[in-house]
Formats: sequence, C-alpha cells, structure tokens
Amino acid sequence: KPAEIMLDDDREDLFAEATEEVSLDSPERDPILSPEPTPAITPVTPTTLVAPRMESKSVTAPVIFDRSREEIEEEANGDLFDIEINVSDPEKVVDGSVIHNNFFFFFKTSLSMFHKNEFSVKRRFSDFLGLHSKLATKYMHIGYIVPPAPEKSIVGMTKVKVGKEDSSSTEFVEKRRAALERYLQRTVKHPTLLQDPDLRQFLESSELPRAVNTQALSGAGILRMVNKAADAVNKMTIKMNESDAWFEEKQQQFENLDQQLRKLHASVEALVCHRKELSANIAAFAKSAAMLGNSEDHTALSRALSQLAEVEEKIDQLHQEQAFADFYVFAELLGDYIRLIAAVKGVFDHRMKCWQKWQDAQVTLQKKREAEAKLQLANKPDKLQQAKDEIKEVMSWETKVQQGEKDFEQISKTIRKEVGRFEKERVKDFKTVIIEYLESLVQTQQQLIKYWEAFLPEAKAIA
Amino acid sequence: ISDALSERDKVKFTVHTKSSLPNFKQNEFSVVRQHEEFIWLHDSFVENEDYAGYIIPPAPPRPDFDASREKLQKLGEGEGSMTKEEFTKMKQELEAEYLAIFKKTVAMHEVFLCRVAAHPILRKDLNFHVFLEYNQDLSVRGKNKKEKLEDFFKNMVKSADGVIVSGVKDVDDFFEHERTFLVEYHNRVKDASAKSDKMTRSHKNVADDYNRIGSSLYALGTQDSTDICKFFLKVSELFDKTRKIEARVSADEDLKLSDLLKYYLRESQAAKDLLYRRSRSLVDYENANKALDKARAKNKDVLQAETTQQICCQKFEKISESAKQELIDFKTRRVAAFRKNLVELAELELKHAKVILQNLNTCLFLKPHLIISL
Repeated sequence: KPAEIMLDDDREDLFAEATEEVSLDSPERDPILSPEPTPAITPVTPTTLVAPRMESKSVTAPVIFDRSREEIEEEANGDLFDIEINVSDPEKVVDGSVIHNNFFFFFKTSLSMFHKNEFSVKRRFSDFLGLHSKLATKYMHIGYIVPPAPEKSIVGMTKVKVGKEDSSSTEFVEKRRAALERYLQRTVKHPTLLQDPDLRQFLESSELPRAVNTQALSGAGILRMVNKAADAVNKMTIKMNESDAWFEEKQQQFENLDQQLRKLHASVEALVCHRKELSANIAAFAKSAAMLGNSEDHTALSRALSQLAEVEEKIDQLHQEQAFADFYVFAELLGDYIRLIAAVKGVFDHRMKCWQKWQDAQVTLQKKREAEAKLQLANKPDKLQQAKDEIKEVMSWETKVQQGEKDFEQISKTIRKEVGRFEKERVKDFKTVIIEYLESLVQTQQQLIKYWEAFLPEAKAIA
Repeated sequence: ISDALSERDKVKFTVHTKSSLPNFKQNEFSVVRQHEEFIWLHDSFVENEDYAGYIIPPAPPRPDFDASREKLQKLGEGEGSMTKEEFTKMKQELEAEYLAIFKKTVAMHEVFLCRVAAHPILRKDLNFHVFLEYNQDLSVRGKNKKEKLEDFFKNMVKSADGVIVSGVKDVDDFFEHERTFLVEYHNRVKDASAKSDKMTRSHKNVADDYNRIGSSLYALGTQDSTDICKFFLKVSELFDKTRKIEARVSADEDLKLSDLLKYYLRESQAAKDLLYRRSRSLVDYENANKALDKARAKNKDVLQAETTQQICCQKFEKISESAKQELIDFKTRRVAAFRKNLVELAELELKHAKVILQNLNTCLFLKPHLIISL
C-alpha cells in the first residue's frame, strides 16, 4: 500500500479544540496473539493534551502532516506490535525572553506495556537530544545500533530564537519536525530500545527534567567533543586481529555504501537546488510572456500568449511542489541513512574497543602471573604478603579476562543481529521511499500533461 | 527554393538552389558558402539605398561551437578519472549537444536565405544571384579592424540620430502607432527571450542531475548484495531514460520558444530600423523643404534646392509606401510563426510528458513484484 504524501494545507485543524477523551474501549491486546494490525489512517479522535497549552505566539495554525506509518513487524517469536507516531507542527512559546518551539507528538499504540492507548505530549528539541544521548550511552557500547538524532543547527536555531519569521525559518522548522518524526519512528521500531525505561518516560510522562547536557557549548558538550577526538586517535592505533571474516566484509560493505550514499545524496540535493531555480526561472518567464501578450495587438495571439503565461505559472507551482517532494522524501532519507551508517560504524568501533580491553586484560593477567611466579620463586618471607596480594590480583584479572571475552562475544553476536535487522530495514525503507518519490514524479507528469492539453487548442486557435 | 545541406567543421554551408527563374543559367545548382559570406550579403542589402524601404531579413547569428568545444576538451582531459560508462555517457551527451547546435545554425542560415528569396524585390538583387551561383569562393574577407571601428561609430551616430528622429511626430497615424508598438514589443521580446533562455538552461540542469542520480543508483545497484540491487538497477535505468527525455524537452523548448523569440527580436529590430530610415528620410524631406524656402527667400540656388527637395520627397514617399506593406507583412508573418511554434511546442511537451509518464508507470508496475520477492 503506497503511502500518500498529503501536501494540502487546508486539512482541518483537528486539534484546535482539545476535548477530553480517553478511549476506554481499546481491547487489551496481547502482543503475541493479536493477528491484525490497526489500519494506518484511523479517524483520529482528539486526544487529551496532557499539559495545558501555554501562552503561545503561534506562527500559523498548526497544520498536521499525516505521515502515519503503519508498522507490522513479525519477529522470530511472532511478536506483533504497532505504534503510530505523529509529530505535529510546533508552536512557538515565549518563555521569559527566550522563544523555543514545543513539538507536540501524538502517540497511538495498542501495546499493553503502555499505560494508555493514545496520548500526546509536548517536547522540546533538546529533550529529543537528551533522549538520544541517554540511549546511546546505554546501548551503543554493547553493540546496539541507536538511531541518530537530528542535528543541531546553530544558525537555524538562532533565527528561530530571535523570532525571525521568513520562509527559510519556516522551512527549517518543518525540516526539523519531519526529522524528529522519522527519528522517533525509527527508535520505537527497535525492539530492545522500546523496552528501555528512559524511552518510555520520554514517551509517556508529561514533564521531563530539562536536558541541559545537550547544549552544544556546555561543559558536557565540550567533554563529548574531546572524547570523540580521543576515540578517533585510538581507532587509528588499535590494530585488531580480525578472526571473523564476516565483520571485515561487513565493514567494507558499509564503507562502500557510505560513499555511494553520499554521492547520491549530493546529486539529489543538486536536483532540489536546480529544480527550485527552474521554477523561479519559469515564473520570471511567465511574467515576461504575459507582458508580451499585453503588447501584442493581434487579439488571438495576445490571448494565446497570456494563456502560455498562465500555463507556465502553473508549471512553476508544480515544480516547486516537486522540489518539495524531492527533498522531503528522497534527500532526507539519504541523509538519515548516512548518519545511521555513521552509527553503525560507531558500533563496530565499540567492538574493537571491547576487543582491546579484553586483550589488555590478558596482557595484564600475563604480567601479574609472571610477577607472582617470580615472587614465589624468590621465596622471601617478607615478600609473602606481596605474593598473597599478587595472587589475589591474578584471580581478579582472570575474572576480568573471562568477562572481557564474554563481552566481546556478546557484542559480536549483538552486532550480527543488529546488522541483519538494519539491512532489512534499509531495504524496506529505500523501496518505500523510492516508490513514494516515483509516484510524486508520476503525479507531476500527469499534471503537466493536463496543462499542456489545455493550452494546445488555444495555440491552434490563433487565426 | 533554397535548401541548405549538412556541414563540416569550419562552418561551411552547402547552398542548394532549385529555381525556375530565367535569370539563372541552370535550374539547379549548389555552392559552398561560409558564414562570413552570409554576413556580406546581408550588409550589402543594408547599405543599398534602394532597399531602404524594406525590412531587411536579419542576419543569422554567428555559429558558436566554442562552448561545446571547450566541454569536449575538458572531457578528453578528464578521461582518466571517470569510469568507462560515465565517460561514454558524457561523450554521447556532448555529441548530441553539438549536433543540436549544428542543426540550429543551419536552420537559421536557411531561414535567412529563404526570406530573401521570398521577398519580391530582394530576390532580384544581383548580389543575391552572385551569392547563389558563383561557383568559387567569394573571397569576402571579414571586416578588418578599421571597418569594424567604422561600423561601431556609424552605429553610435545612428542611435543618437534615432533618438532625435523619434522625437518627430509622424503625420501618418498608421506609422505612429506602428512605431510605439514596435518599440514596446521589441523590449518585451528581448526580455522574454532572455528569460526563456534561462528557463531552458535550468531545465537542462535538472536533466543533468537526473543523469548523475541515475549513475549513482547504478553504482549502488551493482555493489549491493541484497535483493534491492535489481530494484536500484531498474530505477537507475528509469532515471537514464527520463533524463534523455527531459534533455529533449529542454532542447525543444529552446528551439520552439527561445529561438522564436530571439528571431523576432532581430526581426523587430530590423523593422525598427526600417521605421528609422523612414523617419530619417522624412526629416531630410522637411529639411529640404526648409532649405528650399530659404533658397526661395534669398533667391539663389533655387533650382538646386528644388531638385533636392524633389528627390527627398520621392524617396520619402517610396519608403512610406513599401514600409506600410512591409509592416503589415511583418505582422502576418509574426502571427503565423508564433502560431506554428506554439502549437508545436505544446505538442512536443505533451508527447514527451506522456512518454515520461509511461516509463514511470512501467517502472512502478514492476514494483509489487519486487516487494513480494523480498
């Protein structure tokens, strides 16, 4: 079932009046046994806004872009779950002297693990970043691929904070909104992450403690940057004996994929840019043709020329919309995947670090054993206490080595599973998105045909 | 009548004439001409006083292969750094472009000659016959620097003069109306032609992007190991086809719309020139009248003044008459040309859009199979 891109701005604002309604009749669904998914586009009942709406200086009436994605994922053990998340347009909130955007997101699920079936909460962008950093610290070093959060853009944010309202800042907000929606959807698709209490708190609770550590220039931010640099250096110095060819192959594959995706992404962005240029030029030409039609004194020709101008204007609109689709459907997906692959590479790196730890532990164990042996040989009574300490340390290092080995195997196993999952997701994502994109192209062409067909008789009518 | 054939590198045109007029020695003959010779012919018309009353068909623009030649060079240099497919693709693209420019310039030269031949008076011109018949090289040298400088000054004087002359109100309403119309029309056509150029260029850029996306998808498809590779390959094929068509669309737009506008830009300029010449002769006539009056008052050189005045009067009337006819012809020609080109433009756009749609649909139609096969 192809997903529809709805670009009409005149969808009615369903959440203008927040009425109190909690669906009490959704059946208690047993995750393993329920066979049917809920349909993707249900008549949405107005949900309770958990937090009272604050004094808002909204830009426009919040328009809802429905991008509900229905998820049916059959895991090996037959689990079925479906979650629907929509992130709506943000509203500007003035908080003291600072303007920030509150994103409302609407959450609908039939899983029994959640307290309610439908609810909505409001979150700020920094909340999303906070969630991501928590999940990353918990899961990435044991091998789980955590979807990356949308990037902070200082320029964009400053514009919004200053209150500048122009087309580029609305575009920025829309870009961010769509990115957040995709981020959340990807995160909840991950079965392990879904169980995480932090994620649940993020999704459910009405107020979150403000995540201050996500500010780019804060102390924590700088610490992160330093850590990243240290990691990069370490990566260059670790030489891992890869015993498993699978990992080597996969790493190579991901490198290639990364390169290809980057190239494709650049091309698509160029396409967006040129298409926007084309539409601007068409608009200029349309105006010029209209003026020409005005000065032409032969009536039929004059009329035909003005018709031409009109057709070109409509075509310009068409191209603008197509550029919109080009971007949001195609280019953003590619960008997301480029970041995802960076996360995958990060996971591989963690595995290397784990290996390194294990190896280091082994080396230390060896040293401690040698030291112990030396002391035992010397057999000096004053060094007896030392020898006893050494033995204790040897034992603790033995356990460490065992733990290191176990960790390493665990992370390798997890990575294998994750990569398999990632590949499946990737294939599905790409297919769906490319089909969506092609369909948008189809629509554009159909419209083009209609316009030119309307123009043709006019042109023929020039006597 | 005239039929220009294919051509070689240094822009030589083979002009093939078939005619039943008695002034020619044979019925069918052809000669080889270069661009400079066309310009010479055009200039000879312009400079001929007798033709002051006619709209001289504008000269064809210089054939410009520099841009493509540059690109071809760059392509040759970059040959080592691109994959074989990319290289062949770009080469094909460039060749197509070269061919398109070539066809265009041939068409423009042909149009010029046809217009001259269609004009009842101009076709009888001796230079024209020489141009068509003379077997050997006309050895027309291009204007050397001095002549070009002269030309430049002449043009400046002419435009200054034009401003003065345009201040003179015309007795004849027809001409007055035509003049205002022409001036405005000329400006607007200039504007429209510039914008249309930009538009076709943007279109070409979009087509080029499709090309790059297609090759990236191809690379993705060949390197990928999952089922999606077939999908990618299909989509990359689609993009390739689409690109070719979009490039054609932009080329067609260029041909039908931009060229039309450019041509009419030049034609309206020629028409303006005609009007200018007429006004000039009117001013001369009036001056001659005044001179005659002065001579009569002083009672000397009366005869001479009278003859000058007579000549001016005649010239003026001759020009006015032919100019009227010419301008009416111009209008009919213009309307017909626009109609033809606009109709063709719309038809071509439709054709291409339908083909693109069909390609997209065939590609999409195969999708369900690919999804199930996963």
